[in-house]
This record gives sequence, C-alpha cells and structure tokens, in this order.
Amino acid sequence: MALRTLLTRKNLANSPMGMLGLRGLQTFSLPDLPYDYGTLEPAISGDIMQLHHQKHHQTYITNYNKALEQLDDAVAKGDASAVVKLQSAIKFNGGGHVNHSIFWKNLAPIREGGGEPPKSSLGWAIDNHFGSLEVLIQKMNAEGAALQGSGWVWLGVDKEFKRLVVETTANQDPLVTKGSNLVPLLGIDVWEHAYYLQYKNVRPDYLKNIWKVINWKYASEVYEKECP
Amino acid sequence: MVVANATTGIASPLKCALSLSQGFQGSTRRLQWRKNERQCVKKAGHGVITAKFDLKPPPYPLDALEPHMSRETFEYHWGKHHRAYVDNLNKQIAGTELDGMTLEDIVVLTYNKGDLLPPFNNAAQVWNHDFFWESMKPSGGGKPAGELLDLINRDFGSFEEFVKEFKTAAATQFGSGWAWLVYKANRLEVGNAENPLPSDEDKKLVVVKSPNAVNPLVWDYFPLLTVDVWEHAYYLDYQNRRPDYLSIFMEKLVSWEAVSSRLDSAKARATEREREEERKKNEEEENGTANSEAVEMYLESDDAVSD
Repeated sequence: MALRTLLTRKNLANSPMGMLGLRGLQTFSLPDLPYDYGTLEPAISGDIMQLHHQKHHQTYITNYNKALEQLDDAVAKGDASAVVKLQSAIKFNGGGHVNHSIFWKNLAPIREGGGEPPKSSLGWAIDNHFGSLEVLIQKMNAEGAALQGSGWVWLGVDKEFKRLVVETTANQDPLVTKGSNLVPLLGIDVWEHAYYLQYKNVRPDYLKNIWKVINWKYASEVYEKECP
Repeated sequence: MVVANATTGIASPLKCALSLSQGFQGSTRRLQWRKNERQCVKKAGHGVITAKFDLKPPPYPLDALEPHMSRETFEYHWGKHHRAYVDNLNKQIAGTELDGMTLEDIVVLTYNKGDLLPPFNNAAQVWNHDFFWESMKPSGGGKPAGELLDLINRDFGSFEEFVKEFKTAAATQFGSGWAWLVYKANRLEVGNAENPLPSDEDKKLVVVKSPNAVNPLVWDYFPLLTVDVWEHAYYLDYQNRRPDYLSIFMEKLVSWEAVSSRLDSAKARATEREREEERKKNEEEENGTANSEAVEMYLESDDAVSD
C-alpha cells in the first residue's frame, strides 16, 4: 500500500505505464506527444493530430483498461468462456494503444528532424534490401493505398533473420500478428480518421506527404537495438 | 424512371432495352439489373459495346439530409467513394465472365465463400452504397408501422430493444463495415436434414454486422436496412463520435417505408424459393433422379416481383 501512495496520478501523467490497481493490475494512460499538435503541418493538420491523439488513442486506452479489468475478473473466477470472449476487445483496443504509441514516435516536426532520411545501419539496410529509400517509400505507399478498409502499413525488422520487411495489418492488429519475430520500426496509420479531415478520400496524397514528417531517428534506434 | 435533378447533375448514357425503376420505395429486387438487359454504352472511337454499372444518385438531393448528414459528406461519400467503386468495378469486369452479370450475382460469386476475388470489394461496395442511400430519406426516423413493427416486436421484444441492438452492432463493428437489419429464412441445412415443420415462425428479423465490404447477400439473407460505419461515412459531420452519428441516423434518417417495402419483397422471395424447392423436390422424386445438388448461386428468377 505504501508503494501505491507513491504512485500518484501526477507522477504518472507522462508515463504510458499508468497506475497499479488494487490487485496489481496495471492500467494505461495516454502518453504525451513530444511535439505540439500543429507542428506537423502542412503534412498532417493540427486538427487531425489533436483528434487522433485525444479522442481516438484515448478511447483505445479507456476501452483497453476496461477489457483488462474484465479479463482480470474472469481469470480470477476461472471463467474460461468469458476470457476467450474478451480476446477481440483486447486485441482491438490493446492493439490500438500499442500501434498509436509507436506512431507518435514515428513522427517529428521538420525542424526536429522529421523527414530526414535514415543514415548509418538502417539507411544501409534499406538500400541493401530495397535498392533505395525511394523504392521503399513507393512500396509502402502502394501497399498502404491498396489496403481495403482500416489498417496499418509497416516497415519492420525480423529480429531472427535480421531482415527488413514491409507488411500491412488490418484494423488494430499489431505487426507481431504477422510474425512473432517482427519488430515495428515505422508504422503508418491508414485508418480514415488518420487523414480524412484533410485529405478526404485521397489516401495516396496523405501517404505521399507523411514522409516529410517521418522520424527516422527513432526507427534507426529500434533497428540498431535489434541488429547491433 | 430515374430520379435525377440539377444538384446531382447525372447525365444518362445511351440506354437500350433497359428497365430500371427507382424511388423511395425502391426495393432491392426492383433495382436489380435484369440478367438479359444491359445498358449499352458505346466506347468512343472503338465501336465496342460493353455492359457497365451506373453510379445511381441517391433518391433525394445531396443537401436533403442536412443537418444530420451534410451535403459535403454526400459530395465525397457519393461523389468520390461510391463513384470510385463503380468506375473501378467496371474496369475490373470489362471483358470478363462477370461482364453482363447482375450486381448481386457478381457479389455472391466473387465472395467465393470468404476467399475474396478481386472484384468483390468494388462490387459489394457499389451494392452497399446504393442500398444505404435508399435506406434514408429527408425527415426520416420515427417508428415503423404495420407488419414490420409487428415482426420487430416479435423478434426483438420491442422497437426500443431493436434500436439498442442495432446501434450496439454498429458501434462495435471494429474497423470499417456495416450494420444490418435482415430477414432471415431459418432453414436447417445439415446434409439431408430438413426442417420438419417449416413455417413463418422460422423466418425472422435479425441484426448482423459485417466488416469492410461484406454484406448479408453472401449469407443468403434478405437485407432490409443498413448503416455505413466506415469512418468516411461520418467523419466530416461527427468526427470520432460514431455513437452520435448512429443515434441521429435512427432518429432522423431511416426510411421505414423503404424497409417495409423490402420486407414485403423478402417475404415474397422467401415463399417463392420454398415453392421452387418443393417443386424441384417433387420433380426429382417423380424422375427418380439422385441429383439434388444444392444451388449455390443466389439466383433471381425471371418472373421476379416487378412493378
């Protein structure tokens, strides 16, 4: 209990880790963006960034916490069918939280390095595997545009084979659902809420422009960790 | 008679031997393209005649559903999204075996028991959006009446319970998709088992939801009402507030006339199909044939209900 009083809401305001509940159940809270909503313009409008972060991501977190509580309950009661029934809510909302947490780090204002091409080992791996950064971008844009419905397009690394991959996932499925060895370096949200207010139905324009604010520094960090 | 007006500005291409009826009471059957009738369009400069689908306008002006569904939404939703599905479908089917088939036949065929063929997404979305525009009307909402209300009370307990179930289905469709009220002929299809006591009781109203482009035609249900829950359907007007959009849809937009009319058609079709099957069964028994392969395609009969 002493531990609990140390973990005040204020201390955890910036942490996605959240608070420990009565039974030690960890809940989650909305991570802050490391930049202001308007600073990714004109690639992504401030309106979209605010809605996307404060409404969509927050809702995933709220519903994920709810589902975790219900899961905790069901596990404690040994209610197997309730546990199984909760899986889709967990996958969807938990996935939404995981994916968006990565997404905010994948973006950066231009004056903070957004859009600057990857250097060192990731840059080299991209050239080696895809031919050039332009080819990778074309590929991701093509797959992102062709995705039916809602989902994500990813640049990932297979941590076992040390190989870069481009993948798409549906809805809020995290990249790991496409392969347990896959680690996301960079994800682009192609749900309509990610671009509609600004680009309307023209998803390809959103995909073309988002590269101007992609934060390759973060992607490189993750890559270097998996492929030292 | 095609409903068109200045705000929609639809130009009609050449038509030959075409019967297309449309209106507030348009049912799915009446809007079907008849198998042997095509819209003939000459491709400029080539003299090649191909059959193609049209982007049908909603049965009301684009601003008629304001403020609940804005004109701007229609300009994109109908003018861009729906139009793209139509254009892309026409490109995909040109010169293939799908060319000349009815839209519903294409939907069921390309669904391919879940292993979707490329034209499915476009075909189903064309159908879904036609159906969606006709599910709404200016000054819509309120409550249904007559037999439709009776069935709703019977199968959901009350109208309020139905609304709750429909809105819940629509709100919990993860990602893109649709929520539906359907009429379902609840027949046993387990090998050679038969429903021993087929009756009207077996046929019921059910709420279902579907992802992306999937619609209840592929499950052999009769759709009666739908709401589009792809984000593009509500984002300009409601942003993330899907539940608000759904409440307004139910309270202000639903065309219960369209739903009732579709129910009438669905019941007629269900009865007709039962008679068909009974007739076939009797024929087979008379001929002593063992051929009783289930019809997999969703067929329309040539003497379908028409007006």
